[in-house]
Amino acid sequence: MPQSLAGSSLIQSPGGDRTNDFVVKFANVNGSGSASANLLFARSIIRMGVPVVARNIFPSNIQGLPTWYEVRVTEQGWRGARGGVDLMVAMNPQTWDKDVNGVDPGGYLFYDSTKPMPASKFRPDITVLGVPLTAICNRAYTDSRQRQLFKNIIYVGALSALLDIDPAVIEALIAEQFKGKDKLIRPNIDALHMGRDYALQEFPCPLPLKVRAADAVGDAIFVDGNAAAALGAVYGGATVCAWYPITPSSSLAEAFQRHCRRFRGEGEQNKYAIVQAEDELASIGMVIGAGWNGARAFTSTSGPGISLMQEFLGLAYFAEIPAVIFDVQRGGPSTGMPTRTQQSDLLACAYASHGDTKHVLLLPEDPNEAFEMGSLAFDLADRLQTPVFVMLDLDIGMNEWLCRPFAWDDNRRMDRGKVMTREMLEAGIDFGRYLDVDGDGIPYRTYPGTHPTRGSYFTRGTTRDRYARYSEEGPVYIDNMERLLAKFETAKTLVPAPVERAAAEPTGLGIVYFGSTAAAMDEALVTMAERGIHADTLRLRAFPFSDAVADFVRRHDTVFLVEQNRDGQMRTLLVSECDLDPARLVSIRHYDGTPITARFIVGAIAAALPDLNVVPLRKAVP
Amino acid sequence: MTFITKPKFHHPKLPTNRLGYTRRDYEGAVSTLCAGCGHDSISAAIIQACFELDLAPHRIAKLSGIGCSSKTPTYFLGASHGFNSVHGRMPSVLTGANLANRDLIYLGVSGDGDSASIGLGQFAHSIRRGVDMLYIVENNGVYGLTKGQFSATADKGSLSKRGAANHDEPIDLASMALLLGASFVARSFSGDKEQLVPLIQAAIRHKGAAFIDCISPCVAFNNHPGSTKSFDFVREHNEAVNRLDVMVDHAPIAAQYGPGELVEVTQHDGTVLRLRKLDADYDPRDRGAAISYLQQQAAKGEVVTGLLYVDPESADLHDALSTVATPLNSLDDAALVPGAKALDKVNASLR
Repeated sequence: MPQSLAGSSLIQSPGGDRTNDFVVKFANVNGSGSASANLLFARSIIRMGVPVVARNIFPSNIQGLPTWYEVRVTEQGWRGARGGVDLMVAMNPQTWDKDVNGVDPGGYLFYDSTKPMPASKFRPDITVLGVPLTAICNRAYTDSRQRQLFKNIIYVGALSALLDIDPAVIEALIAEQFKGKDKLIRPNIDALHMGRDYALQEFPCPLPLKVRAADAVGDAIFVDGNAAAALGAVYGGATVCAWYPITPSSSLAEAFQRHCRRFRGEGEQNKYAIVQAEDELASIGMVIGAGWNGARAFTSTSGPGISLMQEFLGLAYFAEIPAVIFDVQRGGPSTGMPTRTQQSDLLACAYASHGDTKHVLLLPEDPNEAFEMGSLAFDLADRLQTPVFVMLDLDIGMNEWLCRPFAWDDNRRMDRGKVMTREMLEAGIDFGRYLDVDGDGIPYRTYPGTHPTRGSYFTRGTTRDRYARYSEEGPVYIDNMERLLAKFETAKTLVPAPVERAAAEPTGLGIVYFGSTAAAMDEALVTMAERGIHADTLRLRAFPFSDAVADFVRRHDTVFLVEQNRDGQMRTLLVSECDLDPARLVSIRHYDGTPITARFIVGAIAAALPDLNVVPLRKAVP
Repeated sequence: MTFITKPKFHHPKLPTNRLGYTRRDYEGAVSTLCAGCGHDSISAAIIQACFELDLAPHRIAKLSGIGCSSKTPTYFLGASHGFNSVHGRMPSVLTGANLANRDLIYLGVSGDGDSASIGLGQFAHSIRRGVDMLYIVENNGVYGLTKGQFSATADKGSLSKRGAANHDEPIDLASMALLLGASFVARSFSGDKEQLVPLIQAAIRHKGAAFIDCISPCVAFNNHPGSTKSFDFVREHNEAVNRLDVMVDHAPIAAQYGPGELVEVTQHDGTVLRLRKLDADYDPRDRGAAISYLQQQAAKGEVVTGLLYVDPESADLHDALSTVATPLNSLDDAALVPGAKALDKVNASLR
């Protein structure tokens, strides 16, 4: 995926040539079947070699409520949502006023003109494109479901003419989509051309917003983070998945099932076991049971599920059992915003359960890293014998992102960690389940059933000595807790290192960010630089933090920490874990549930700078 | 301390089983439960059952929740891996363990507080999934570790040690197990080893979810005249529906009982369950009749014990999931990781 960062201005003036650089937003009704048509639209632009950023905005509902799909066409290859709308496809009467108001001045409004709207319903500063979609459908189809579904394809056809999208590309995509159901191909192509012909006849096509074939996509793939993470789990050797349905993580477990069917069948026999548990408690319980018994196991969940799993997570931490948890974060607290994105489970995961606990968190920035960390998590969980959280969010998990293709080194082997084998036990090696034999805090374990007389032990959540013998003696307890801390220090050396980037100019300003924020951050940095604001950046990729994180903060006068929650949870984690001066860390918090944009980051930082009276401008501009 | 190692001295003339193990090899640490606790009798029955079945102790995984009953796995099968999980959630941990390695024998030990209250959901779902296990509830109708509160299996109207009456309806775990589809359901009494040992043996050899509800009086808090789970009450009201022999490789391992109609049930592994009916109408292969019979006898104040139901054609969770015969925890990279070429194809499909 090319990440061209050169010479682009973030907020472009309206009008002028907007070839390969505009935003189309579709306003639909949930359940109307528009999703596949909208996806077809986005993919057709990618096939023309032009990158897109696609985001779903949908309600926690099955039918009838408003849903939006936003496609940012960006030849520069920006990865984040832009904000603003150049062309609104307003298919939902419920949200008409909001949708019309959302169009940038000089933009376009596309709507179903079967029942023409009065002039008062429009704006004078935007161009209206009315296509009688319902009338066209009613002429062509008698079945009501067909009328609905083909209406979506007809507007894709009209847009292809207005935006100069190659119809052959769309036809090819339709053929691929309905491969095996060939009789559906022709009717869809016919519908496409109904819309296209109408637009060509009625409007001066194309608009100044248009798509021109380019070579800016390269070998990038278009995939959602949940499917990518699930594929990572397959490559990571996961064999047991226990899960309970919850938005936005359900599609991860479902994707795992799909990938397993493709890759893990052996005749009629399966090299995996997937159980839809009765609740989140049972799902993490099964993962812990499987992990204890030497299988690689995971669950996928979201914030409310994390809340329910707390007791078991403490057990896994204290009894030292590998477990992988994919947490696809949504808006909290409580039921919160089930279909909106946030990064607000950080503290709940980092310190999950009662007592002194600390857990490993991985922080992927996009589906590609969701795949990589999705497989790495199992190595880390086995190596460290502890729960490992892969912290996705709805934006990464449920949206399709254009990202680097997945890669795999065939020489890589699963790291099963310190497992004492029958041969080692036979050789007389001393086995104490919680003995720190290597000084890294990580003991050896045995799988149940290994040896007739040696290596068995009792796993429990109550405290015990180094030979797993129950004991409530204070020194024995402290010895164990200190070893767990030593193990967490070891974890620092094993988790993915942060990514640090220096500004083009010397600066005392730093920005720390992580996860899905990265997409908007690339663009925000360029815009800020154009305004003379230079910042070094550090992208966190894991907790525990490596020493480089504290060093970065200490090297800068002020560090902005960009995160998608109300209370600055990552800031809290950084301050408490790295013993940092809280005054040096300024939170930039975006938590309305929508994906963070470069516009927001730039605006928030620019607004904060005068108050802070920081020096970067003086340093940057001699 | 609940971990007191037993001395390892073995008398050279102790009898051994076919694997060469003595009965001592199936024991665990010294029990720290109250003297006379019914749970210790159940531990002794498990030890005897495993010894007589010639099971290698390390091939058994014993899992429990929290509570007096859940402490007992420390006191038997010392060479086995044990897992003392969280309150009421042993079934999910056992399910996961079973998925990871289908080659071990899974013994889930729980109590009435553990399984009928906080863990009722996990009990129910592990049974309905057909997890291959012996799930044994050591049922005393009381919370022992927290000193005497009623559990959800305490009978309505029964009295606590301090004289308070229980006003809630009891949960009958055996009836529930029948309703939930358990393919082996039995009830026994900790004080009736002759009945309990063959039941444990048959349940271990059974494929699928085998459940034994074992009445096990609490000597400290629930063994007084007002309790319906006291030794005396259960002895007086016990009605055994059958006597059970388990035939392994056609060698009887329990004594023959008195006259009565004989029913033989062959399990998946070739074990023959030989049932001598004491109740002329009782057929342990009829789930509906078993449920009805339990309820009728409960209405008369009778505690029905014996093998209540068995399905010789049972299947387990691995059958439902069509998992490979090789334990999942021993599959290697070659079996699990599709490799770079397959990934290239995935990438191509996403463009």
